Amino acid sequence: MSQKITSYQGREITPDEVKEGKYLDIVYKFEPKYSWAAGVAISRFLTELKDGKIVARKCYKCERILVPPRMYCEQCYRPTDEWVQVKDTGTVNTFSISHVGTDARRLKTPILVAVVDIDGASPGMGILHNLGEVERSKISVGMKVQAVWKGSEERQGAITDIRYFKPI
Amino acid sequence: MWNATNSDAVTIFPRKSYSKQFIADFPDGFLPFQIGIVGVGYAGFDSMTPGLSTRELMFEAATRAYEDAGVDPRKDVQSFVCCTEDFWEGISITDEYMPDQLGAVLRPLCTISSDGIIGLATACMHIMSGIADVAVVESHSKISDVVNPDEIASFGYDPIYTHHHFDADPRFLAGMEMARYLKETGTKREYCAQVAVKNKKNALSNSRGVHGADIDKGIVMNSQIAASPLTELESSKGIDASIVFVLASAQKARKLGDQTVWIKGIGWSSDTPVVEDRDFARSEYVEQAAGRAYKMANVKSPASYFDLAEVDDTYSYKELQSLEAMKLASKGKAGKMVDTGSFDADGRLPVNASGGSLGVGHLLEATGLHRTLEAVMQLRGQAGRLQVPRAKKALVQSWRGIPTATGAVAVLGN
Repeated sequence: MSQKITSYQGREITPDEVKEGKYLDIVYKFEPKYSWAAGVAISRFLTELKDGKIVARKCYKCERILVPPRMYCEQCYRPTDEWVQVKDTGTVNTFSISHVGTDARRLKTPILVAVVDIDGASPGMGILHNLGEVERSKISVGMKVQAVWKGSEERQGAITDIRYFKPI
Repeated sequence: MWNATNSDAVTIFPRKSYSKQFIADFPDGFLPFQIGIVGVGYAGFDSMTPGLSTRELMFEAATRAYEDAGVDPRKDVQSFVCCTEDFWEGISITDEYMPDQLGAVLRPLCTISSDGIIGLATACMHIMSGIADVAVVESHSKISDVVNPDEIASFGYDPIYTHHHFDADPRFLAGMEMARYLKETGTKREYCAQVAVKNKKNALSNSRGVHGADIDKGIVMNSQIAASPLTELESSKGIDASIVFVLASAQKARKLGDQTVWIKGIGWSSDTPVVEDRDFARSEYVEQAAGRAYKMANVKSPASYFDLAEVDDTYSYKELQSLEAMKLASKGKAGKMVDTGSFDADGRLPVNASGGSLGVGHLLEATGLHRTLEAVMQLRGQAGRLQVPRAKKALVQSWRGIPTATGAVAVLGN
């Protein structure tokens, strides 16, 4: 079927022609809707965030403390055993400064994305979040940070109850 | 930190080689096929499971399956297969969310976006090829997480020339199939209703049954019309569950215990997506899938071969159509046989003794695994009040639902 095309006949269809209905143009807004059950682990995690706390689950077998919490240890393959409160401080494991929005637009204010390994959880256990109150050039792997919380009135039991992590 | 134990990652499990004569004697060149179902587990079977996330539901089911099989997923399983669809999950590339709760982190896992019986077939291939000795298949429905499932089903119609004509419930396709089936086979309308009566009654004896009821044909036919001639009580309703199977090579299965159920043949087939071009009266894809499974299992006379069958009954007429496609009833005779009790739980061939999808509930891509689960419980003699006496051979079959034309069939034996 393929052939070497050296020139194309015709001309481009203009947006106005499409608007006028001159060509078949199907626009359909697909709107699936979900009401996901958060489950035992994440429900408790979010409820505790509302109270300004970060909680984790501990596996007695490998003794890891898992953040975000899970009701099962994926490595030992057994149920986790205990709720543990961890700190709201941590260390930047890695980060990236995103200059492009989801619609491919260049962002005037870049988004500072980081994984923060949480103090009190096992090494490598972290929360993916934003950084704030920091100059872009000053961000580094290994930087110590702390959660900046919304006021208790504003918190709704969401990961965004933490506004961002700032350097300490 | 935890260390991956990948000592088995390079193991190839040698398979018996067959003599040329042995292969030549076997019908249509299929190799003798025997894969063991060595463990089953499930969780859910409720209209809603708001207390558990999908992943937590899967963990419960998988834990039970591994306990049942006596295997450790972190050491003993070389392939994990999940059957699910992104749109039903509400997460794109949803396969990436499957490993943890199955014990499959840093292990070979793939997702099949199709019915669970096709997942079983995939696991069989992994075992037959020697890359796995033990394989796991999971599928689930968390339909209670989906607010507008009709939107998703409708979006399965061709986007350019089918989808946008009709702002109608997608079941209009089922109504059209049913109308053509009734016309061409001369099946009486009320026989379809009897399928719903039978299956909903059977489900009352099934602890997994959500939609069991003791009703008569009149109530079924007078229930609200969904898409004529199909009524609401002839349409199965979605429920939540996760089902997990542990499969093993024949050699391994013999080591793992004495309640193995064998997969003796398996087939699957898809018709054209051009709905206009399909044969509305017949399920040709089921004919094909059954033909292959029968050849593999050397089933010569299906109508007298099986002790029970769990077949597609997403809609009432589908059970009749499927029975005829798989030659468990002659063309146009399935309805009469349902009406006279041949397919009752205590009839000549119990069909959907579990209650099927109409009585238990529909499980999206896990529907095929549900039928297999019910058949495995029967062949193990663990079906409780549903038990079919002396059950040794079972047939299971699934359809992927509207607007698909994909069916899968498996022949099981103990």
